[in-house]
Amino acid sequence: MTDLTQPSADQPVVRLIGIGRVFARRDGSRMTALEGIDIDIRRGEFVSLIGPSGCGKSTLLRIIGDLIKPSSGDVVVNGKPAERARRDRDYGMVFQAPVLFDWRTVEDNVKLPLEIQGMDAATRRATAGRMLELVELEDFSHHYPWQLSGGMQQRVAIARALAFEPAILLMDEPFGALDEMTRERMNSEVQRIWDRTKTTIVFVTHSIPEAVFMSSRVVVMSPRPGRIAKVMDIDLPRPRDEETRESERYFELVTEVREALRGRDAGHDDDDGEGPASARRLASEGVAG
Amino acid sequence: MSADVGTVARGSLGSEPRQGRGTVRTVSEYAPAIVVFVGGIVAWELIVSTLGLRAFILPKPSAIVAALADNWSSGRFGLLASWQATTIEAVGGLVIGTLAAIATAFLAARWATARNALIPLGVAAGAIPIIAFAPLMNNWFGALSPLSKMMMAAVLVFFPIMVNVTRGLIAAEPAALELMRSYAASEWTVLRKVRVPTALPFFFTALKVATTLSLIGAIVGEYFGGSSLVLGRIIVQASSALRFDVTWAAVLLAALTGIMFYFAVVVLERIFIPWHASLRAEEA
Repeated sequence: MTDLTQPSADQPVVRLIGIGRVFARRDGSRMTALEGIDIDIRRGEFVSLIGPSGCGKSTLLRIIGDLIKPSSGDVVVNGKPAERARRDRDYGMVFQAPVLFDWRTVEDNVKLPLEIQGMDAATRRATAGRMLELVELEDFSHHYPWQLSGGMQQRVAIARALAFEPAILLMDEPFGALDEMTRERMNSEVQRIWDRTKTTIVFVTHSIPEAVFMSSRVVVMSPRPGRIAKVMDIDLPRPRDEETRESERYFELVTEVREALRGRDAGHDDDDGEGPASARRLASEGVAG
Repeated sequence: MSADVGTVARGSLGSEPRQGRGTVRTVSEYAPAIVVFVGGIVAWELIVSTLGLRAFILPKPSAIVAALADNWSSGRFGLLASWQATTIEAVGGLVIGTLAAIATAFLAARWATARNALIPLGVAAGAIPIIAFAPLMNNWFGALSPLSKMMMAAVLVFFPIMVNVTRGLIAAEPAALELMRSYAASEWTVLRKVRVPTALPFFFTALKVATTLSLIGAIVGEYFGGSSLVLGRIIVQASSALRFDVTWAAVLLAALTGIMFYFAVVVLERIFIPWHASLRAEEA
């Protein structure tokens, strides 16, 4: 990565120190969603958090973005507490749903964060234009979100998240609702954008191929309570394209992630299996989030 | 990514053909209703003539129109002046009730305590026959003053709008609020850019109901006394004089006013929330 030559590259963009999070269940009992999470994320890294439902990966992403407070531990972002980083607008967020506003055109949706930052109209227009070019939707700037397909809507959401050049892009299963073909196209798209912008990205997914294809590092998480099971460097050459998906090394890495996910489950003797328990856990996570 | 261009869902052809299609749709949409309406009037006329029904039981539509013309600006019953007075009462009540409801809704949406207190009361108040309060309104605001009728209308209008707008103001998706939080947006910004636009469709739905209620409130208020040049009094006086053709003419005026109010809201909707699903469906 070219940005390693920059002096600031040594300081981690995100530093998680002993993060834990406990949720109160509806019946009054307590559920530990996350325990003892330590990660450093360097500038320009693409880090994926992968794990089964209920492993707390979305919760962890929200803790990094200061949308949820941790029960224990510290989040340091660009040398500041997470709340300060949020107030400084260091974060761009992309959710599973595009969360576009129906009353705004595509262009006006992208301008929203710029309006909130108080940028002048000319800068807003220029920036939105640039971002829509980046996601190749410049011809749709005057359309409304409901006139676009799901994949296009999610690209608008990405353009919006990148519009104010955030230090970190946080993406929470952004392509989870898309079909496999569109998802692969979106993965290549995000690759291309990341190559061009060098934005630090934290990406939550439950898709192994997606995580391996895009990331510089994959953080495999295990459930009950959510812990880091394994951290893997993804040494696939860049730029990554269709050939990458067919390379031997890619398959090796996919297998390695899959085994890390499975191995963790097998080694867990108090595992009460998938099904009602994990569904409940997910529900409590949803309530708290 | 250009393959996605083919998957554009709807209305990608721009706004001109959309509007064109919309107008055609509107005419064909209302055609059956117009046919039934005109047919009904003709049948009414024929049935009354054929059966020889007496005018005090059911006047012919032609007789009602004649009564309307005879009593429009001259004659025994001043229909024009009455219609104007009643319309002013209804509109005045609509404005007062709507403004009060919106102000209350903002408080209720902002403070959960206020909401928990006001929403159940609002829903319960909708079940009370508020019309029973008409003599009290006359007592408080003066039977002869149009204000007492406006207040009747305002009370009827208040509850549906208050309840709906409150619901609208708290209806924003959690993800939308998370997004605004990630921008460190102030509460005021969230209100302006997310909550108010989300609440607008709720408001217009309630406003359609409220326009009708405002006329009901005004006319029923008039039944309980006050100026005699108002539709409510004309209906009472013409009926006791067995001039049912004039009664029907007054009812017709009230009905037309209600329909006018409704379409005024439809026009406002098209101006303020053209993006809403209920309005864009026509271009599918």
